[in-house]
Amino acid sequence: MVHVSATPVLALRGVSKRFGAVQALTDVELEVHAGEVVALVGDNGAGKSTLVKTIAGVHPIDEGVIEWDGKAVAVNKPHDAQNLGIATVYQDLALCDNIDVVGNLFLGRELKRRGVLDEVEMERRSRELLETLSIRIPSVRIPIASLSGGQRQVVAIARSMLGEPKLVILDEPTAALGVEQTAQVLDLVERLRERGHAVILISHNMADVKAVADKVAVLRLGRNNGVFEVKTTSQEEIISAITGATDNAVTRRAARSNAEAQK
Amino acid sequence: MSIEKTDKPHAAVDAPAAAGDASVAIDPRLLVREQGFAGYISEFKRKMRAGDLGATPVVIGLIVICAIFQSLNSAFLGAENLNNIFVAMVATGMMSVGIIFVLLLGEIDLSVGSVSGVSAAITAVMSVTHGVNEWVAVLAALAAGAVIGALHGFFFARIGAPAFAVTLAGLLFWNGFMLQILGSNGTINIDSDGVVGKLTTYYFSDVAAAYGLALVAVAAYFLTAFLGNRRREAAGIPSRPMSELVLRTALLAVAAFGVAIMFNQYKGLPLAVLLFAIVLVGSDFVLRRTSYGRKIFALGGSVEASRRAGINVTAVRVSVFAVAGLFAAVGGLFWASKIAAANQSAGSGDLLMNVIAAAVIGGTSLFGGRGRTWNALLGVLVITSIQYGLALQGIATPIQYMITGGVLLATVVIDSVTRKTQKSAGRA
Repeated sequence: MVHVSATPVLALRGVSKRFGAVQALTDVELEVHAGEVVALVGDNGAGKSTLVKTIAGVHPIDEGVIEWDGKAVAVNKPHDAQNLGIATVYQDLALCDNIDVVGNLFLGRELKRRGVLDEVEMERRSRELLETLSIRIPSVRIPIASLSGGQRQVVAIARSMLGEPKLVILDEPTAALGVEQTAQVLDLVERLRERGHAVILISHNMADVKAVADKVAVLRLGRNNGVFEVKTTSQEEIISAITGATDNAVTRRAARSNAEAQK
Repeated sequence: MSIEKTDKPHAAVDAPAAAGDASVAIDPRLLVREQGFAGYISEFKRKMRAGDLGATPVVIGLIVICAIFQSLNSAFLGAENLNNIFVAMVATGMMSVGIIFVLLLGEIDLSVGSVSGVSAAITAVMSVTHGVNEWVAVLAALAAGAVIGALHGFFFARIGAPAFAVTLAGLLFWNGFMLQILGSNGTINIDSDGVVGKLTTYYFSDVAAAYGLALVAVAAYFLTAFLGNRRREAAGIPSRPMSELVLRTALLAVAAFGVAIMFNQYKGLPLAVLLFAIVLVGSDFVLRRTSYGRKIFALGGSVEASRRAGINVTAVRVSVFAVAGLFAAVGGLFWASKIAAANQSAGSGDLLMNVIAAAVIGGTSLFGGRGRTWNALLGVLVITSIQYGLALQGIATPIQYMITGGVLLATVVIDSVTRKTQKSAGRA
């Protein structure tokens, strides 16, 4: 943890979300500070994606409060979230295979000079951005189709950085990546933290979570199931929080006898 | 222009991180482009090996076609025949430009043939039968083409019906519509000295016109490339070596002045060719240099990515079909000009197939996101050359169809094979 501010960049207070008869989120609390990586973990259907989408403005919340820099805000549209400074990188990458790296980075917000695309300025800024993030790709002028999965993921993350967001949400950035590619993405996550961005990282991979996250927020069946400091928590504890194994009598008994044995 | 500039070191290493920090070793996996002209050749070889053929197959094909027909009949490369090929290709070529816009989205428009017929019929009925000013009639026909295209686009983009089915319905409907407005006599002759008539019959007989156009084209190309390069150098990003720029300009100059000499040996620069050149340059500019063009490519690559990037998918789709309709109408006018009439067979027969074949032979992908409007020029040159070459030999239409079909198949096979190579080279 580099430098953590007192007021969280983003705080969710008692957020609930229903889809018809399904209660997707119930009284969820979450705090993210600047320069902090919070991993959001949970089993399939725990509500991770729904939670992220409420923050990103895709699904407006039903109850509760979203606080941004300590002030309550309304996030009803993806546009609202973007205006606040929230960038979301979804699992399916949302890049165009046939367009080059520069074109993808600036897709939908092309720089223009006298009404014409300013390729020179876009390329210069792309290089600058990739350089500050220490991203290595073969060339900024080759189509995305030529890049490996890891390179595509870093380009997608870099794309989210163009708007200088305060909070970056990464939805399973290392799923389907190889060992080295995963390392590249995790390096990039650390660099985001060093630059003072708040990061929410959704992951199924405990090794990744242990490697880069400062805190782990566990969701289970749409509710909070604990927030852990990564440094002081074992992988087993997190997993049992995810699977709900902490809730049964056997684990409680095991935990009790363990504690007594240690005294 | 100084050739010595080639020896100056350029920022040819195309790696962002390595460019700024000399102490960092260059990752061996990065593409490092050698400096100067050798770099250009090695880059070209690498692209060929990776299956990134671009326009190479079609250019080779065109040379082969010319060689074969020239050996069969020495009149083929004569000024008159070449001139006729250039003028005749414009109708199909204009429509092909429109279809390339649609193909870039990864969609298809089967109605362009019928829409071109409607455009010719509207112009003829308004100006000849009802005596409306011919300019007004032409504008009405073009507007009708764009509106018809937008209507197809609406059913596709807004209602969600497949473009194939919508435009197939359009093919039938607009053909019937054309027959209806042409009325019982079926053929309306057009004044060959009128606006539409002159489209394919007017020549700038002054030799300065063709040479002037060639000169302007070469100079404009060199200047834009040179100034672009200077800006890139000033911004500290890789630029093309001067030698490459000079070589490209020289190649263009040879082609442009060669064609200009050919035109001047016959009747001078044809108006139709001038208009086609303007359309090609303009549409290429729109596709590659404006954010509208970027949106079309983005939609051809990934609709979901485009939507998330804030692109109004429906609006772009509707507008692209309107563009296809507009160019179909333009093509219809050139077609009517060529036969000096609007008749019942306008826009039928092999026209639609030739329009799509020209785009694909020229190198436009049927799967969207890949292609340039220059493909229309190359493709339509191939198709029209085959038609005129065979006509010179007195070979009948059935053989023409079979040969054109064969060329189209060959193109698609090359496209599919290179796509496989591209996949294995990680560039698909």
